[in-house]
Amino acid sequence: MIDFSVIIAGFGGQGILSAGKMAAEAALIEGHEVSWFPSYGPEMRGGTANCSVVISDAAIGSPVINDADVLIALNQPSLEKFEKQVKPGGILIVDSSLVKIKPTRSDIRFIPIQSSDIANELGNMAYATIVLLGCLSASTSCFRRSSFEAALYDVLPERRHHMIPANLDAFDKGASFA
Amino acid sequence: MAKKVLMKGNEVIAEAAIRAGCRHYFGYPITPQTEIMHYMAKRMVEVGGAFVQAESEVSAINMVYGAASAGARALTSSSSPGISLKQEGISYIAGAELPAVVVNIVRAGPGLGGIQTSQGDYFQATKGGGHGDYKNIVVAPASIQELYELTVEAFNLADRYRMLVMILGDGTLGQMMEPVLFRESEPTEDTDKSWALTGRGDRTEHNTVTSIYIEPDDLERKNNDLQIKYARVAEAETRYESTDVEDAEIVITSFGTCSRICKNVIRQAAELGIKVGMVRPITLWPFPSSEIARAASLPSVKAFLDVELNAGQMVEDVRLAVNGQKPVYFLGRMGGNMPTQKEILDRIVAIHDGEAK
Repeated sequence: MIDFSVIIAGFGGQGILSAGKMAAEAALIEGHEVSWFPSYGPEMRGGTANCSVVISDAAIGSPVINDADVLIALNQPSLEKFEKQVKPGGILIVDSSLVKIKPTRSDIRFIPIQSSDIANELGNMAYATIVLLGCLSASTSCFRRSSFEAALYDVLPERRHHMIPANLDAFDKGASFA
Repeated sequence: MAKKVLMKGNEVIAEAAIRAGCRHYFGYPITPQTEIMHYMAKRMVEVGGAFVQAESEVSAINMVYGAASAGARALTSSSSPGISLKQEGISYIAGAELPAVVVNIVRAGPGLGGIQTSQGDYFQATKGGGHGDYKNIVVAPASIQELYELTVEAFNLADRYRMLVMILGDGTLGQMMEPVLFRESEPTEDTDKSWALTGRGDRTEHNTVTSIYIEPDDLERKNNDLQIKYARVAEAETRYESTDVEDAEIVITSFGTCSRICKNVIRQAAELGIKVGMVRPITLWPFPSSEIARAASLPSVKAFLDVELNAGQMVEDVRLAVNGQKPVYFLGRMGGNMPTQKEILDRIVAIHDGEAK
């Protein structure tokens, strides 16, 4: 029985909403119930973005998450804002290239990954969220690598399919931190 | 094989409308429903339909009046403040007995309010909204799949009864993505539209579409005809989902996205040994009063809990249906907030223990 919630948060333009959608797409391929809910308020215009993804074997109640199993934070304000919403025993994954502070919680698992630096080395900043999704997949059972790969083929237009190996490379780098 | 796709509620409404044969969309942007317009702007060109970004909500609803008069399947969409502006046109459409579909992706009010989710427009949607004695059929989907199916059905109902059908969603439903499974073809009904204003052609008489009846006797005849039609709709089209009411000690009444949270609470309550059922109205008008009255008459049912994203609107219809047989409690959140499962569960436990106010 899977019942799993993740909040992904960072700046607008980092691919936050797309990353959440990819997680949901991968879980959907495995036959789970999924929901995705974005921030659409004025804060979007101010530069921060977040989305909530729920993956479950049962019908999903609210797509809006009060307590998350995992928080993926790509900037400092997101860590500060959402850290308290992580369930005890939950996981906090941060892009430590951008987030220099440590979490205040000690009852959650903290996984810092220099994902923006890794993405930079891979030659495309868009891979930063993919690195973090790799860690999400490997540190939980919410979706498998093979489902993520299948989702890439579904979601990306064919002219972008040549980028899939690089995406999987980024995914594997993130998974190694789990 | 058909495959589930992950789509936003707003986009699903637009796609469903096109699949239902809607080729005329008129709108004006407002959060949280603007994706309906985005999608229509792109898709209407592909299917050879008409997309107009009107200069205001008032224009958009009157363009719907025009297109519907000519027999077209026409749609407009907005969110709460914009729907208020459309009320004059909605009353005229009801008066002229035109089929049309209006989407309200409700946000928190009153006034400009906020842009987060709400169910604060229940009264406006179900009790008139504009002037005069009229009704709209109001459907309240709770999931993206249901949103798709009810959008297609809205066009059928509108044509069948020559009525305005309102799809009452909320910010959460419009903005969230969920898997949806599209049918290969839609169950669209071909309705006789010989009343439509398509030019006289070979007919001996011209058609008239109007909402003006100056003579009191003429207007009262019209009023009575409308009431007879509304009674026929109430008889044939009342829809609801009734779950485990027979075994329940407490029956929840809730609609739309709010009812989804309640469903999970029912599972949690069962773990505590409290039997909770639910009546979820799918049509808010016509309202499933008889099912709620039936639940109220069951000896095992001790109380009702109505849960909404407002200060207590549908609860008035629930109380009318319960008619004093059992106590009806209310839990609501406002301002754009949703209740947590815990909040609802705590209230269920309090009602069960006889400690609820």
